[in-house]
Amino acid sequence: MSTSTSQLPRRTFLAGVAGLGAVGALAACSSGSEAPSSSGGGSTPGQLQGTINGLFMKQAGYSEQHIRQMAAAFKKANPGVTVNMEFVAYEALHDKIVAAAAAGTYDLVFIDVIWPAELASKGLIADISDRIPANWSTDILPGALNSAVYQKKFYGIPWLLDTKYFYFNKAMLSKAGIEPSSVTTWDGVAAAAKTLKSKGIVKYPLMWSWSQAEAVICDWAALTASFGGKLFDDSGQPAFTSGGAVQALEFMRRTLVDGLTNPSSTQSLEDDVVKVVSAGDAAMGLNWTYMFAAANDPKQSKVAGDVVITEVPNGGAGRMSVNGSSALSITATTKNPDAAWAFAKFVSSQKIQEKYVSDSLPIWKASYDSPSVIKSAPEVVPVAKEQLANMVNRPQVVNYNAISQKLQVAVQKALLGEVDPKQAMTTAAGDVEQILKQ
Amino acid sequence: MTVGSSAVSTTPPGRRHRRRNGRAALLFLAPAGLVVFGLVAWPIIRTGWLSFHRVISPLPTVPTESVGLRNFSTALTDPALISAAGRTLYFTLVSTAAELTFGIALGVLMAQRLRFRWLLRAAVLLPWALPTVVNAAMWRYMLNADYGPVNALLTQVGLIDGYRSWLGTPLSALHMIIIADVWKNTSIAAFFVLAGLTVIPRDLIEAAEVDGAGTIRRFFAITLPLLRPVIAVVLVLRTIEAFKVFDIVFVMTRGGPADGTQTVALYAYITAFSNQSFGYGSAVALLIVLVVLVLAMIYIRLLTSSSGPEDR
Repeated sequence: MSTSTSQLPRRTFLAGVAGLGAVGALAACSSGSEAPSSSGGGSTPGQLQGTINGLFMKQAGYSEQHIRQMAAAFKKANPGVTVNMEFVAYEALHDKIVAAAAAGTYDLVFIDVIWPAELASKGLIADISDRIPANWSTDILPGALNSAVYQKKFYGIPWLLDTKYFYFNKAMLSKAGIEPSSVTTWDGVAAAAKTLKSKGIVKYPLMWSWSQAEAVICDWAALTASFGGKLFDDSGQPAFTSGGAVQALEFMRRTLVDGLTNPSSTQSLEDDVVKVVSAGDAAMGLNWTYMFAAANDPKQSKVAGDVVITEVPNGGAGRMSVNGSSALSITATTKNPDAAWAFAKFVSSQKIQEKYVSDSLPIWKASYDSPSVIKSAPEVVPVAKEQLANMVNRPQVVNYNAISQKLQVAVQKALLGEVDPKQAMTTAAGDVEQILKQ
Repeated sequence: MTVGSSAVSTTPPGRRHRRRNGRAALLFLAPAGLVVFGLVAWPIIRTGWLSFHRVISPLPTVPTESVGLRNFSTALTDPALISAAGRTLYFTLVSTAAELTFGIALGVLMAQRLRFRWLLRAAVLLPWALPTVVNAAMWRYMLNADYGPVNALLTQVGLIDGYRSWLGTPLSALHMIIIADVWKNTSIAAFFVLAGLTVIPRDLIEAAEVDGAGTIRRFFAITLPLLRPVIAVVLVLRTIEAFKVFDIVFVMTRGGPADGTQTVALYAYITAFSNQSFGYGSAVALLIVLVVLVLAMIYIRLLTSSSGPEDR
C-alpha cells in the first residue's frame, strides 16, 4: 500500500482537530467567566497599578478633549495606572458594551440612565454598592443617582447629570415681536412658531430630534410629563394610550402638519438640532445642556449670543422634562476593579466636575450654590436648578430597549401620519405588554 | 536472515519520513486551521446552538434555557420580521435589476474605443472601491434635508421648488438607500460585463455587420445572449449580497423612519445585540442563511444551464 506524503495520518489529523476544538472551547469558556472582586478598599490611590480600558460617549456632556484632560490629571495622581479610552456615538454605545462583554474588552463603560436594569440583570456590570460612600445618597442629586441604581443597589458611579431644556433664538423672537414669556407654555410656543413663519423670519421655526432612536422617546417623554401624562403607571404597565402621552403626540404631529416643525426632524438626532439652530434655520428646539455652549459658540454658530436656555414649556402639568443622566459602570469582567473604581470616582468628584462645568453641570447638590459654578455658567445654573428638580424617568425595566424600539416606531408612525396618535399608542401598548411578560 | 534489534530500527525509513512530513504539514496548517475554526466554524456552531436556546446575556456564566424550535416558529410568525422580509425582497429585486441594467450599459460603454477610456474605467471603479460604510455616510450627508448638497443642487437647477426630506418618509428613505447601493455596486456588474465582452468572438459581430444588422440588433442578437453566463454570475453575487444588506441601512437610517427601511439582517442584529435576545437573533440569522443558500442554489442551477453543454 502506498501513501502519499501530502496526506496526514488519520490519527494525527484527528488529534489535531481535537486540539483545535479544545483551544476553541477553552477560549469560549474563559471569556467573561471570571467575576471581579467588588469588595471595597483595595489599593490606595497612588499605589494602584495596571491598565484600564474605558468606553465613553462622544456626543453630549463632557467633550473628548476634557475627558482626556481628566485622565491626564488622574494619571498624575496615579502614575501606575494607564487609562485607555475609546469614544463612540451614543447610538453605538449600548451595542458595543454588549458585543464586547464576553471578551472582557472594557473595564469601565459609560451607561445611560435607561440601561442599569438590563445590564445589571444580565450580569454585564458589577454591583459596587459596598464601595459607595454613605454621603453620596444625600449629596448627589436624585436624577444622577437614578442613572446608577437598580433594585436599590449601585451598578455605577453617577457622572453626567442632564435633562432636556427648551432653547429659543431671542433675536428671532424679538424681530417677530414675541415676548420670551410667551414661550413658557406649549400653546405659546405653537403661537410663536406661527407668527415667526407667517412673518417669514424662519421657514420652520421648530426643530426636534425625532429620528427613530431613543432621542424621539426623550422628547415625547418630556412633553408627556408636561402635558400631565405618564408612559407607564405605578404598576409598570403601559399608560401611554390616553391622557398626556396622546396629547403630547397630537401636539407633535400638529406642528408637523402646520409646517411649524422642520420635516427633517423625523430623521434628526440632537446634533442635527444644534446644527440647524446654530445655522439660524430654526428658532426653537429641545435639547440637552450641551447645546447652550455649542449654539452660542461663535466658532460653530451663526447665531452665537442669541440662543437662550430655559425650562421645558408647560403643557398644563408644569415645566417638566426627562432625566438624561449617565453613569460610569465597572464591568463584571474587569481584572482591575480597583483602578476602574478609582478613575470613575476621580472624574465624578465635585472638584473635577466643577472645573468642567461648561460641558456638563455637576451631579453634586452643593455645586449649585457655589459662586464659582454660578459664575462659570450664569445662564444655565439657575435654569438647571429648577429643571433638574422637575424631570421624569423613563421606565427602568430589563427589556427597556425592546420596549423603546416599539414606541419609537409607533411615535414615528403617528408623526408621519401613517396612523392616528391614539391608534398608534393602542397598538404599541399590546406589543409592549407582550415584551413585559417575557 | 537478520532480525532487527529494536522497534525503531524496524520501521521502514519511508514511513518515518512520511510521518515526519505529516507532522510538519499539521504544524504548518495549524495557524490557518485555527483561524478558520475561530472565524468560520466556531461562529456557525455557536449560532446554531444559540438558535435552539433562550440566551439573554453574552456572558457564558448567565444560565440559558433550551427551547427547541420555538425561536424558529416565533420567527416565522413575527409580523416585524415578515414585514422586514418583504422590504428586503423589494430592495433585492430593485437594486439588483438596476445594478445589472446600468452595469451592462457601462460595461458596453467601457468596451468601446474611446479616447479617455482609462479615465472612464477609473471613474466607474471608484464607487466600488469605497468602503460601504463610507459610501453610506457620504449619501446620508448628501441627502441631509437641511445642509445636504442634493437639495441645494436640485433647487438651484430648478428641479425642485424647496428642500425635501429625502430620508424623512419610509418609502423615500428606502429608495434613497437603493440609489446609494446601486451607485456603489453597479461598478462590479460593469466590470464583469466588460470581462465578458472581451471573450465574445469579434468575427461574430463582424459577420452580423456584413449581414446588415444594426447596432441594437447586434447587441440583442449576439452580445446579450453571449453575456448570459456573466449576467448569471452577477445575479448570483448581487442577489445574495443585497438580501444580506446591513451596513448601508445601519449607517443611513438605522431602519427608520417608522421601520420603513428595516431589513432582515438589521432586524437580526437589533434583536441579538440591542435587545440581547441572542437565541432569537441567531434563529433569524440562520433563516437568512437558509434563504441565501436557496437563492444561491437556484442561481447556480441557472448558471450551469445557461453555460453550453461543453462547459459542464
